[in-house]
Amino acid sequence: MIRYLYADQLDQLPDLKTAMFLDRAQQFQARLGWQVQVDVNGFETDEYDAMNPLYVIWQLPDGTHGGSMRFLPTTGPVMVNDHFGDLTGGVQITSPLIWEVTRFCVSPKVKVTGRVSAALILAGAELGQGFHLNHAVGVFDARMVRIYRALGWAPDITGTRGDGPDAISVGLWDFQAPPFDKLCARAGLCREVSQNWFSRAFQI
Amino acid sequence: MATQPSILAFLERLQQVTTFDGLQSLVESLRALYQVDNFIYHSINSAGEPYAALTYDLDWVDHYLDQDFGRIDPVVLGCYQRFHPVDWKMLDWSGKAVRAFMLEAHDAGIGNQGFSIPIRGPNGQFALFTANHRCSDGEWQKFTAAHVQDLILIAHYLNQKALEIERGTDRLPYKNLSPRELDALTLIGSGQNRAHAAEKLAISEHTLRVYLESARFKLGAANTMHAVALAMSHGRIIV
Repeated sequence: MIRYLYADQLDQLPDLKTAMFLDRAQQFQARLGWQVQVDVNGFETDEYDAMNPLYVIWQLPDGTHGGSMRFLPTTGPVMVNDHFGDLTGGVQITSPLIWEVTRFCVSPKVKVTGRVSAALILAGAELGQGFHLNHAVGVFDARMVRIYRALGWAPDITGTRGDGPDAISVGLWDFQAPPFDKLCARAGLCREVSQNWFSRAFQI
Repeated sequence: MATQPSILAFLERLQQVTTFDGLQSLVESLRALYQVDNFIYHSINSAGEPYAALTYDLDWVDHYLDQDFGRIDPVVLGCYQRFHPVDWKMLDWSGKAVRAFMLEAHDAGIGNQGFSIPIRGPNGQFALFTANHRCSDGEWQKFTAAHVQDLILIAHYLNQKALEIERGTDRLPYKNLSPRELDALTLIGSGQNRAHAAEKLAISEHTLRVYLESARFKLGAANTMHAVALAMSHGRIIV
């Protein structure tokens, strides 16, 4: 199921929290070779995790982490403005109607990654519409561009740094009309279930 | 309740505000602009000092502080450390103490409906902006659906103004518009449609919309055309 949790709520689900930060280390350090910080516990965290971001997490039936991503409003410090200004045409993207999404991660435990990716993107669309946002701006690796396209909701790429598998891109999603039907089909979920997870998380 | 875009009138008044007294009058004026019973802006600055500009009855405010209702107020508990907009319906109003608090609030003229927007400012500053009204669920749903983005923007613009007054400066670092944002405003201001403007800048239309949204927010504008007008009047662009 999809969980929407602020960082200060993660301690309620310690297994989920542990697995997420371990999986992030696996993906971003081991697999992609990004210059990320991994602590003594093997957790990959950065300064933005300390800003009480909102995580969207796919929780596996055993309670642990299937995949996740992280949201922060662009009115505060965000990775795209702090580190990737060259990929946005030099624009410091700043609006309460635009949130940043980063650290899109799927656990190596997951066999069918497409479904989990689709469920996460679907949850992102739910969040964008539910909170009346206009756009999300994301930082992701080159491989994700293809995955997002295959899921039926590709971001507009504003810039790319590096080549081949090492490339990092910044892209934009528009929340006006996310392709909910397509995303639901890819995720193997019906919209009502997705909406219910969102509503329950925020007690709507 | 109001159906016309009132944010423009709010922003024109906001520009004139230079003091906390002015901010209080501005918050009061929102009632007529949106035909909503109450508006509340309150903040805790980085030194932990509280500030509020609000339309609630002052006896209620004193009572609230005296009773330290902030400890149990579902609005405070549901918004602190958060950054998503919160309809009061989303909050947990169960529990004996909360119900008693609700009854007292009702008697003090606080409406049954509310919509709150938490704001994270610089260096741990936190603020909350709330619209509060007494009406049916259906009416409230209609109002929020029509005005939620206005409320989100007003919340942030009020907070910027409060920070400016506190610091005695109007120069916030993120007000810097980049050349690409100025290009986007210039092209739209010269009458180009979005497709043409995007083509000229060699970017997608979504990207153009993000540049325009970002420029709109930094300029403190109601919409794209207002942003163009403000950028022109500040001498930032020539159309």
